[in-house]
Amino acid sequence: MREMIVSELSQALQDIARSFAHFLPRLIVMLVLALVGWIIAYVVRALLRSILRLIKFDKLSDNAGASQLLNKAALPPATEVVSRFVFWVAWLGFILLGISVLGILGLQEQIARFFLFLPRLFVAMFVLFFGLLAASFFSRAVLLAAVNANMPSGRVLSVAVRSVIIIFVLSIVFEELGLAEQTMLLAFGIAFGALMLGLSIAFGMGGRDLARRFLEKRIRRGKTEENEENEDELSPL
Amino acid sequence: MAEESFLTDDFLRQLINVGEVDILVGLPTHNNSKTVGAIVQTIQSGILRGFPRERAVIINVDGGSRDGTPELVTGVSIDDMRPTSNRFALRTMHSISTKYGTSPASGVAFRTILAAAELLRAKACVMLSPDSGNIEPDWLSKLLSPIYRNEFDLVTPTYRRHKFEGILITNLLYPMTRALYGLRIREAYSPEFGFSPRLGCQFLEHYVWNDGTDGAGVELRFTTAAITGKYRVCQSYLGEKVPIERRAADLVGALRQTVGALFSGLETDFPIWSIVDGSKPVPTTGPDHEVLMDPLRVNRKRLHEMFATGVAELESIFQSILSPETLAELQRIAGLQEEEFNYSAELWVRTVYEFAASYKNSAINRDHIIQALAPLFRGRVLTVLRENRNASEEAIEQSIEDLCLEFERLKPYLLQQWKTRE
Repeated sequence: MREMIVSELSQALQDIARSFAHFLPRLIVMLVLALVGWIIAYVVRALLRSILRLIKFDKLSDNAGASQLLNKAALPPATEVVSRFVFWVAWLGFILLGISVLGILGLQEQIARFFLFLPRLFVAMFVLFFGLLAASFFSRAVLLAAVNANMPSGRVLSVAVRSVIIIFVLSIVFEELGLAEQTMLLAFGIAFGALMLGLSIAFGMGGRDLARRFLEKRIRRGKTEENEENEDELSPL
Repeated sequence: MAEESFLTDDFLRQLINVGEVDILVGLPTHNNSKTVGAIVQTIQSGILRGFPRERAVIINVDGGSRDGTPELVTGVSIDDMRPTSNRFALRTMHSISTKYGTSPASGVAFRTILAAAELLRAKACVMLSPDSGNIEPDWLSKLLSPIYRNEFDLVTPTYRRHKFEGILITNLLYPMTRALYGLRIREAYSPEFGFSPRLGCQFLEHYVWNDGTDGAGVELRFTTAAITGKYRVCQSYLGEKVPIERRAADLVGALRQTVGALFSGLETDFPIWSIVDGSKPVPTTGPDHEVLMDPLRVNRKRLHEMFATGVAELESIFQSILSPETLAELQRIAGLQEEEFNYSAELWVRTVYEFAASYKNSAINRDHIIQALAPLFRGRVLTVLRENRNASEEAIEQSIEDLCLEFERLKPYLLQQWKTRE
């Protein structure tokens, strides 16, 4: 009996030692991969930070309105956020690669899904950034055009343009990430519809006087055309 | 023949047929059929009077006219003038035409004319605009003689203007180019000017033509290139400037063509203008200015309203362009009643300099910066109208001179802003 116990115990210890002997190189490989990954991610972060500073990414981010969002969230400047994000994604990628080397069942599939998700994440970030940039550009263009044309409510128009573009961009981003696609599609439809309806009502209710003045002006134009032209003919050049 | 790539084969053939010339007249057009015939006759008359022994060519560069403008240019014969003139050309006078596109682009038109001048080895060239309603035959002599006979390189015009016309020139372009480049050129941006082939060739070779702006404001950059290249510049008085059509002014378009061109040149010219101190007059034939004092209706209320609305609505944009002090001062005056409104010379100069510094290094699109200046310019126009409502010609000229001196005095402020925003 005693011999049996000793035999089983030694067998178990041998199995553990054998398993450990099998596992140890994989663990070392994982640690090496994590270390190498950290070094590579660190170098990539430094390189990316330099490139982003060179292309004045913070200014682009200011322009897109992304810096304001980051400030409100007490986050560092855009260059720092992007370079840190890339660092963590790269390092995490290496760590997961290392974990997959360990051969733990069940984790393999999750890790593969993570790597498949990465390109979509980058595309979504790309779309979000340039979407914000486009929203900022077009809303500013509308605001300037409205002010220089002496149109009332230039700021409202500008905010409306910005909102429409951002809603559109966010719907693309969520679709790309594959997050609640149906819900986002529905939410986008509702939000867009509500915005258009709101604008229609706002223009209808708020623009009554404007429309009346516009029509009166058109009708009276025949009488006042000469005076109005005189008033506007001051040439700047 | 480096310019062959953008000159059409047909145009090159026409140039070869012309051969070498002494005088070249450049005439960019776009749907000018109503006036171009008379203008070509005036040009021919001017050449007969001033340069009867010289070989001359009129080169029409058309931006896609659909009203037969080019045909009218080439169709005008020197014989058409015989009934009214007893002068005869001793050499053949050519009129040729080329199309460069389907829409007008002043840069492309000017580049084509410069390339043609180089190929034809012209000794003196002049640019004229079909939009000027009162071109006289003697304009040719006034713009060409200093180049052909006195070896000047650039002749800019001076005009007689209404006291309230050309405020962008008198309140921004003239004072700023004078303060920055050190020469008192009244009309740094003008569609009419004369130039020498050596200045033309130098500009043709070194100017960045494909900057995406279609060469808007290239005339102004030509003037600043002449100054920075230390070419001989003079002015010639042409008389009254009358546009053919009196129409609502496109202020933003005018700002793009002039202020945009001026600001965009500041970066490359920085080593030159940053060390210029004060300003010098340039040789001038005739008066360097004349003012018409006729009454003119201007809607001051609208100007005031557009300034106040602009300052309020564009606050977020101005925060990226202007210093907090300047913006606060603008917001203060925007709250004033029309009768009390005063956009002082100092505040105007600071505003313009901060816009110039911001243009170089701003996150905001450059065209948006120029557009944002429009409401502020309207505020300055309102002040000019108020200050000069009953002023004499001398007082108006004195106020322009004071503004120029303010631009010169505050030039260190521009340099400081320039360095701060790097």
